[in-house]
Amino acid sequence: MTSTGHEGPATQAAGPVAVAGAADEQIAAVGTGPAITPDLMVNSLGEYARLWLRRVRSGESGALPVIIGLIALVIYFQVSQSTFLSASNIANLMGQAGWIITIAMAQAFILLLGEIDLSVGFNAAIGGTITMWLVSINHPWPTAIAILAGLVVCGAIAAIEGLIIVWLKIPSFVVTLAGLLGLNGVLIWLFDVSHAVSIGGTIANHNNFINDIVNGNLSASAGWIVLIASVLLGGIFMITRDRRRVRNGLAAPPAGVTVLKLGVMAVIGAALVFVLNLNRAALGTLEGVPWVVVVVLALLLATTVLLMRTKFGRYMYAVGGNAEAARRAGINLNRIRVLAFTLAGLFAGITGILYSSYLGSMSENFPGGQYVLYSVAGGVIGGVSLFGGRGRMLGAVLGGFVVAVIYNGVDLLGLGAAGQYIWTALVLLAAVALDALARRGSTAR
Amino acid sequence: MVASSAGDGATPAAAGAAPSVPGTAVTGIPLLQLRGVGKAFGPVQALAGIELDIPAGQVTALVGDNGAGKTTLIKCITGIYEPSSGQLIWNGRPVHLHSPKDASNLGIAAVYQDLALADNLDIVQNMLLGHEKTHFGLLDEISMELTAKQTLRDLSVTTVRSIRQPVGSLSGGQRQAVAVAKAVMQEARLVIMDEPTAALGVTQTELVLDLITTLASRGHAVLVVSHNLTDVFRIADRIAVLYLGRLAAVGPASGFDSQSVVEYMTTGSAGRFGNGSGTASAASTGASSGSEGRQT
Repeated sequence: MTSTGHEGPATQAAGPVAVAGAADEQIAAVGTGPAITPDLMVNSLGEYARLWLRRVRSGESGALPVIIGLIALVIYFQVSQSTFLSASNIANLMGQAGWIITIAMAQAFILLLGEIDLSVGFNAAIGGTITMWLVSINHPWPTAIAILAGLVVCGAIAAIEGLIIVWLKIPSFVVTLAGLLGLNGVLIWLFDVSHAVSIGGTIANHNNFINDIVNGNLSASAGWIVLIASVLLGGIFMITRDRRRVRNGLAAPPAGVTVLKLGVMAVIGAALVFVLNLNRAALGTLEGVPWVVVVVLALLLATTVLLMRTKFGRYMYAVGGNAEAARRAGINLNRIRVLAFTLAGLFAGITGILYSSYLGSMSENFPGGQYVLYSVAGGVIGGVSLFGGRGRMLGAVLGGFVVAVIYNGVDLLGLGAAGQYIWTALVLLAAVALDALARRGSTAR
Repeated sequence: MVASSAGDGATPAAAGAAPSVPGTAVTGIPLLQLRGVGKAFGPVQALAGIELDIPAGQVTALVGDNGAGKTTLIKCITGIYEPSSGQLIWNGRPVHLHSPKDASNLGIAAVYQDLALADNLDIVQNMLLGHEKTHFGLLDEISMELTAKQTLRDLSVTTVRSIRQPVGSLSGGQRQAVAVAKAVMQEARLVIMDEPTAALGVTQTELVLDLITTLASRGHAVLVVSHNLTDVFRIADRIAVLYLGRLAAVGPASGFDSQSVVEYMTTGSAGRFGNGSGTASAASTGASSGSEGRQT
């Protein structure tokens, strides 16, 4: 792409133009519709559905495929193993989904740029280990500082990788592959030097706060309040936004679509809160929505605002979609790339802490390579394109949840590691195939 | 009507006066004047002694065979190359463009649709890329959409179904229109288009040509590089012909016909059939159907 800007005088003129022209030839035939004014209003559900189908065909499939896949998986696992939808397994699933989702979110930042971060798994392990270590020593650090230290180290590691990538112009694949190997080594070294607190290559968690992120629950009423508050806030936000658009003479989604979205949100949320509020303990009481659910929802909200509503987010999409166009628009590509890697590192750190909270320990045998594949699978299954510029954080969250469902369900069926690998691989392959097909649909203009 | 490349600049200035010039800040002075601009790459002299005026409110067509120096000239104007000799005079003041940024700060925009647009972003997002409006740190989508809509309406671009569709789903002509609208919105006063109609269908070409005419009538200076002489004669107010890095001819479009332009393009001068008239007339028939890649 950049080469066209720096041609010598001998190869002027026709080069770039001819290349551009070849693809455009087909457009004329397909794209020339009747002249319609640009401010065509979307008035009906039917019109909305048509526009939506158009988006799907242009590679913006949104959340629907992953939701359909999720429902299919849940039905399959429930039919095969009736305990799948039990309260205790769903609570367990939430704990697993927490860290799988955050690692998928970490990867999504990088995938949006059209890059990949293979080191995200071991980076998470390093962050988790540092936090575990700091809260487990004889004079433990304050929890907040220990968590912050883990996050900062992860962010710094990823930022350094990002800097190497932009300064030396090496593909992210290679730099982060080095990161994967190097950080695995650092992880083992950390356990060597922390022998005072690690026993048999494991640091157990003794910190209540970290334990409670996954294993602590909201009270039954708090669960309902959180649900009602989020549906209400979501509704108010969507309705005021649409009103403002209509007031300014712009097209807004029909009210039916908004109601439908809110309804789906409320129904799924209510079902989850209801099941999680059932007592799932064999003896005594264990009920409520795990805190990790709230943590993930808050992260989803924050990252969605960041990506969809800020300049930085817009530039991420621009860099992933057409780096040259972004550069010509005056966007500092290197800055965006390094920041994206830093964010991915931060989310790797969060993953490490959620993982330690879920397992109650951190181990030097952390399967960082496998979890990188989970992160890529989660992102791509959720519609975050491997080719950059397409996808949303909600997709990464749903995709991560699908991976967690497979992780949990296959475990429940007793298929072990073999089943887990094969299932995840198949779903990943299917998702990448869909991604490639959608991309073909979008570029054959 | 015709200035030789070695001319002292008097003729091009006179030629620019013909049609009326709406929207020019400084009356009488062309928006951009090139004075003896040359560019050498080591021993290779790609451009020499270019004397060219680009007035506001007019379409100037730059034609020439492959290797004549069209792209080099455009790169000198857009700040990608620094001329090795000569001067650029913008609005009556000499300027030095050290980078594309300098050029775009002045209001010089080159429109390359494939380099300027991100397929995954919608029309509004593309048009305001790098110039987003924010409200308390968050993007102000409504205000941006209204601005984009107004600009498209001003340019009479009405064929897009929804302003919120990704640019990847647009046709070639529509993409070109969005790229131009983007340049206009970012206060471009001189819009440069390199082969804007290359490989577009009939309707799409029509759309782009209309757009170029609209741009000029709104007071923008437009510089169009094209191989397609039919298009050139439809839209150009002025034509400049490059031949082997020198300006072979420049003047109002009415002073040229296909035949003479082709002769200038292939031989550097008119009325002199260096290698026999057969070559020139054959090239002329080819040119009207938009042939490119012809070899001299």
